[in-house]
Amino acid sequence: MRPGFFLKEAIRALSRNAAPSLAAMLTVLLTALVLGVFIPVVQATTGTANQVRNRVVVNVYLQDNITPQQQNDLRNKLNTGTPNVKSVQYISKDQALKELQAKRKGTSEAIQLLGSNPLPATYRVVPRDPGKVQDIVNALVNVDPASGKQTYTMAGIDKVANRESDTKKILSATSLVKTLTASMAALLVLASIALIANTIRLSIFARRREVEVMKLVGATNWFIRWPFVIEGVIVGFMGGVLAVLVLWVIKDTLVDPLSDKFALIAAPNTIQFPALIAVLLVSCVAVSAIGSGLTLRRFLRV
Amino acid sequence: MATPPITHLRVHDRPIGERPRKQPQGRNVPVVEFDDVTKVYDGGSVGLERVSMRIGRGDFVFLVGPTGCGKSTCMRLLMKEIDPSEGHISIAGRNIGEIPRGRVPFLRRNIGVVFQDYKLLPNRTVYANVAYALEVIGEPRQSIRRKVPDILRLVGLSTKLHNYPDELSGGEQQRVSIARAFVNHPPLLLCDEPTGNLDPETSIGIMQLIYRINRTGTTVLVATHDREMVDKMRRRVIELSEGRIIRDQVSGLYRPDESTKEFAIRLRGELGIGDEGNPN
Repeated sequence: MRPGFFLKEAIRALSRNAAPSLAAMLTVLLTALVLGVFIPVVQATTGTANQVRNRVVVNVYLQDNITPQQQNDLRNKLNTGTPNVKSVQYISKDQALKELQAKRKGTSEAIQLLGSNPLPATYRVVPRDPGKVQDIVNALVNVDPASGKQTYTMAGIDKVANRESDTKKILSATSLVKTLTASMAALLVLASIALIANTIRLSIFARRREVEVMKLVGATNWFIRWPFVIEGVIVGFMGGVLAVLVLWVIKDTLVDPLSDKFALIAAPNTIQFPALIAVLLVSCVAVSAIGSGLTLRRFLRV
Repeated sequence: MATPPITHLRVHDRPIGERPRKQPQGRNVPVVEFDDVTKVYDGGSVGLERVSMRIGRGDFVFLVGPTGCGKSTCMRLLMKEIDPSEGHISIAGRNIGEIPRGRVPFLRRNIGVVFQDYKLLPNRTVYANVAYALEVIGEPRQSIRRKVPDILRLVGLSTKLHNYPDELSGGEQQRVSIARAFVNHPPLLLCDEPTGNLDPETSIGIMQLIYRINRTGTTVLVATHDREMVDKMRRRVIELSEGRIIRDQVSGLYRPDESTKEFAIRLRGELGIGDEGNPN
């Protein structure tokens, strides 16, 4: 085929139909802008939610008189024989004490008064999926259905605790946040595609007679379609570039100075700016080009 | 001219199943052949009913009848814009029902079309409109630059190359449309009410142009309801009514070798527009 001819046709159509082209470009610009702001926000939110979820742990407190053999068995059981375990950390009695002292000043005197360290040694088990933390507990604890009395499957366990109420709160709050942002993102993407497709549709609809004439003269479908697709690429690219420029200005003047102060903005898992630019540009170009090509299909059936 | 009794309900009768290879004398394979064609639209209205006709190479044929008689249906069937419900249509011996969707544009490149409403591309100049028909078939730029001014000179628009269609009169727009239809010299030219929007004097100019194209050997099929014009032109007339052929008159009244100028003078005389001013 002849790319030069198609490019010329596309540019001519753009300049002769300046108003609809401008409308399509503005639509792309606005939706890209909204997406460009929203994508990092969604990521920061889910990132924070995930961090919170990582605080869900199962603490296995050991009896003070546990034998090394029992402790070894228990560690092997946790590391290999328990489902949903991501990592196991051993916290000795001394470490536990240090942690406590670091958290609450003034406890040292209380401990000194006691004369001995009352804190148990602990295996801190981090679950692979915080939502299924109960699997770990179930592997370690047998509950007698009649009396409700708990027994442990391994010797030497003093207590298994997963801060149940905390866990529940964390899980329900973070999953709500995650579902909300995910559905908002999906809605926004859908709305963007619909909006861009609709604008392109209008601009092509205004030229459907032209398409009809081209068909009657004997133009093949792709001969008619290429200029429209190239037009879509140009419109999408220009809209995307403008949106990126605006985003850049916003990032430089507003977000960067603020990011020192707000944790959410400085969240570690946010997408990098160059990657964001690439994603936005590619999706703008793809949506408007594919939109042009697909919309045209209706008018090509002559 | 007296209308003869209805004699040509079927132009040719032959046993069902026999291939239509009987040639009329002096002609090759007919350029257009309708074989028992029926078209019923989706709504149930009948466009054509059991129409059979043959149009030979180089013929000039009028398709006449009132609005809704099936003239435009014939045209759209020939363009393969629509497909017949029953029967076959052949163009130059090729059954167009067998042409797959993707090849339809190539069929259309061999058929020039002229419409009542010109169907020009509004945001292209006269030159670009005609050039588009050549660009579509992949003609090299050099030959487009040569051919387009030539054809526009032929239709008498060599001074309006760079005007847009809305800056031209109706007659001029129709000339552009004819130039576009004929620029790649298709063997068949279809004209759907080419003079429908034009005044009598301009109509004669257009008819003269179409006649001139016919004289180059192009088969021409003109659908019109301008009875007066048809009678004066003295060419073959196929009359349709409610989707059926009610008259197929191969007029013997005309000299087939009449020159364009003689033709125009006679037409003006018979239509009562009396002056020799030849627009070309």
